[in-house]
Amino acid sequence: MDFLNALVAFSNYVLIPAVAYGSQLALGALGVTLIYGILRFSNFAHGDTMAFGTMVTILFTWWFQSMGINLGPLPTALLALPFGILGTMILVLITDRMVYRFYRKQKAAPVIFVMVSLGVMFILNGLVRFIIGPGDRRFADGERFIMTAREFKHMTGLKEGLALKTTQGITVVTAVLVVIALFWFLNRTRTGKSMRAFSDNEDLALLSGINPERVVVYTWMIVAALITIAGVLYGLDKSFKPFTYFQLLLPIFASAIVGGLGNPIGAIAGGFVIAFSEMTITYAWKKVLVYLMPESLEPSGLVQLLSTDYKFAVSFVILIIVLLFRPTGLFKGKSV
Amino acid sequence: MSDTVKNTALFALVAVLIIWTGFSQSWNLALQILNMGLISAIMALGVNLQWGFAGLFNVGIMGFVAVGGLAAVLFSMPPVPEAFWAGGPRALFSLLVGAGVIVAAVLVMKKMAASRKRNLLVVAILVGGFFLFRALFDPAVDAIEAVNSASAGYMGGLGLPVILAWPLGGVLAAGVAWVIGKTALGLRSDYLAIATLGIAEIIIAVMKNEDWLARGVKNVSGIPRPFITPREINLQNDPGFVETVTNLGLDPVTASSLYVKLSYTLLFSVVLIILFILAQRALKSPWGRMMRAIRDNEVAAMAMGKNVTKRHLQIFVLGSAICGLAGAMMTTLDGQLTPGSYQPLRFTFLIWVMVIVGGSGSNLGAILGGFLIYFFWIRVGQWGPDLMYFITSGLPDDSALKAHLIDSAAHMRLLTMGLILLLVLRFSPRGLIPEK
Repeated sequence: MDFLNALVAFSNYVLIPAVAYGSQLALGALGVTLIYGILRFSNFAHGDTMAFGTMVTILFTWWFQSMGINLGPLPTALLALPFGILGTMILVLITDRMVYRFYRKQKAAPVIFVMVSLGVMFILNGLVRFIIGPGDRRFADGERFIMTAREFKHMTGLKEGLALKTTQGITVVTAVLVVIALFWFLNRTRTGKSMRAFSDNEDLALLSGINPERVVVYTWMIVAALITIAGVLYGLDKSFKPFTYFQLLLPIFASAIVGGLGNPIGAIAGGFVIAFSEMTITYAWKKVLVYLMPESLEPSGLVQLLSTDYKFAVSFVILIIVLLFRPTGLFKGKSV
Repeated sequence: MSDTVKNTALFALVAVLIIWTGFSQSWNLALQILNMGLISAIMALGVNLQWGFAGLFNVGIMGFVAVGGLAAVLFSMPPVPEAFWAGGPRALFSLLVGAGVIVAAVLVMKKMAASRKRNLLVVAILVGGFFLFRALFDPAVDAIEAVNSASAGYMGGLGLPVILAWPLGGVLAAGVAWVIGKTALGLRSDYLAIATLGIAEIIIAVMKNEDWLARGVKNVSGIPRPFITPREINLQNDPGFVETVTNLGLDPVTASSLYVKLSYTLLFSVVLIILFILAQRALKSPWGRMMRAIRDNEVAAMAMGKNVTKRHLQIFVLGSAICGLAGAMMTTLDGQLTPGSYQPLRFTFLIWVMVIVGGSGSNLGAILGGFLIYFFWIRVGQWGPDLMYFITSGLPDDSALKAHLIDSAAHMRLLTMGLILLLVLRFSPRGLIPEK
């Protein structure tokens, strides 16, 4: 019984949140990895593009809410999501046309691209704060829980409750669907195959008649969709704040690098590695341990390895370890 | 137009802008912009060393600046003996133990042959060491933080003169840069960017949370001033000073604040000039030529027998040290350390805009960029709302849109800075004062 309680406490506080967070990171890291594979630079504007997409979605959500449109138990944001994706696609295509294409034509060094993406980041940062303000926004509505802790306790008679938030359920389901769709696209469609070819060997791809500009446009559109979904899911699950989204850049980059830059499967694995490490290291284990240890050995402190303020340090340390020992990442990514 | 004339004209423009601020707004504001401009110019010099000389992309300037600020507290604040004796030796000892664990792990990693046994041993050392460290460290921290937590709650500093703390801030920042450079240099250029971005966030997180070190978000205020800078209140109580300024037709309160600011200007100018001369000499020396050769073609430089990674590490440490020095100076100027106020957009990306706009690779350009961009950063923050009042003057006063637009106008400067960066990179990538 105690073991079951420990298991439930573990699932409630670590497993479920980590799976949800990991899915969000994985979607974000897929975007980073695709940009890296096709356009060959690390996009520092990623977090702020994510904030932009989420912002558009929130604006549409508010509009729908004001008109009384909703999805019943599901959050209205899901209905607004396609519009958010569309808005982000337009934004990234405009920035590509106005900013990045020039440097692509010049065959500029990757570090110049990175710097240019910093400029884009600055502008998006200002734009998002200008439109929606720097504060915290919650936009989740509908049913809050699929299963509340009380229901679970009632059902099983255990002392520990297991709550499953609607947003967590939606996150996992959406992430699975998106990943399946993405892999189907990359592996089965002509465009997807040309994207992979371009990523593997640019010269060979050009030689076989693949239009690079078309590949780039598709990449940006897919990335826009991925990160808007990631951003909205994160915002639904926690809350939307422009600065938090900027900070998400670090765990997202860490996920992509840990998995192996340019490798989509690696990005997903990396997302979960980072999410689980962050959760397990910053969680106070006392709640789980009291069930597992004999009374005399029960821990007196919280048994928290690091305070939650250091969650970025966790992704950073993992990043450093991977850079030191396996610069190409867990799955073989690109290395230069 | 020769280069000298053009450069003089550009610096004269900056001078005119600042003096114009003095006449149209207040001399206090003008001197404040000048002082922060000097500090920004020093930071830009440091970043220019890394980017302009060596092509290294450091996105963690904020972290090095903050470390410098921390040094100003740790070296110059008076000690809190009670707190130190409550837990100081224990805390320091456990930090040594922590460092020892890491060294032990690295040694095992290096000395033993690669095998599963070695990897397990390293993991065991690290995990065991972590718990040992926490077991020693946590009670010491609690003891320190318990002492008089409203006004102290930390060990205080060493009580050295604050000017001495500036170079020490540089040394501390150099230490951090060495660790980062050791791991991330030699990999692809993006990795250094990501690693520095991460370390900057972590440094800020540590400074916010480790109250025993420098009071965290409770801030440390009242940092001692350099010997030539008196307190305003002492000046106002000094009859000689009051008489002199009254004869000049100034109000003693304003005059004392101007006097203090001017003394900082003097000190900062001396530091900037020394650093500028050193940087110019370095640029023109064989060492500087080697650096630029490495930047322009790493493979060729390697073929000539240059150790690229080592040289990169060297210049990365040097540039970060300058940022740390500037950080210590800034904290001294503010008189307080407020970890909550370090924003990456302000302390990392703004410095980048300065370097790029000024002209990467040119020391004079970095200095010009530092003054110019800081001026616009401050003034755009004021012009934005004014402009917005003007634009929205047609809207009714109670309109929600108008209120929102005016509230958000402060964020215009992020947008402006991003735009400037992109425009300069695109149309004048060599900057205002290009590298020769």
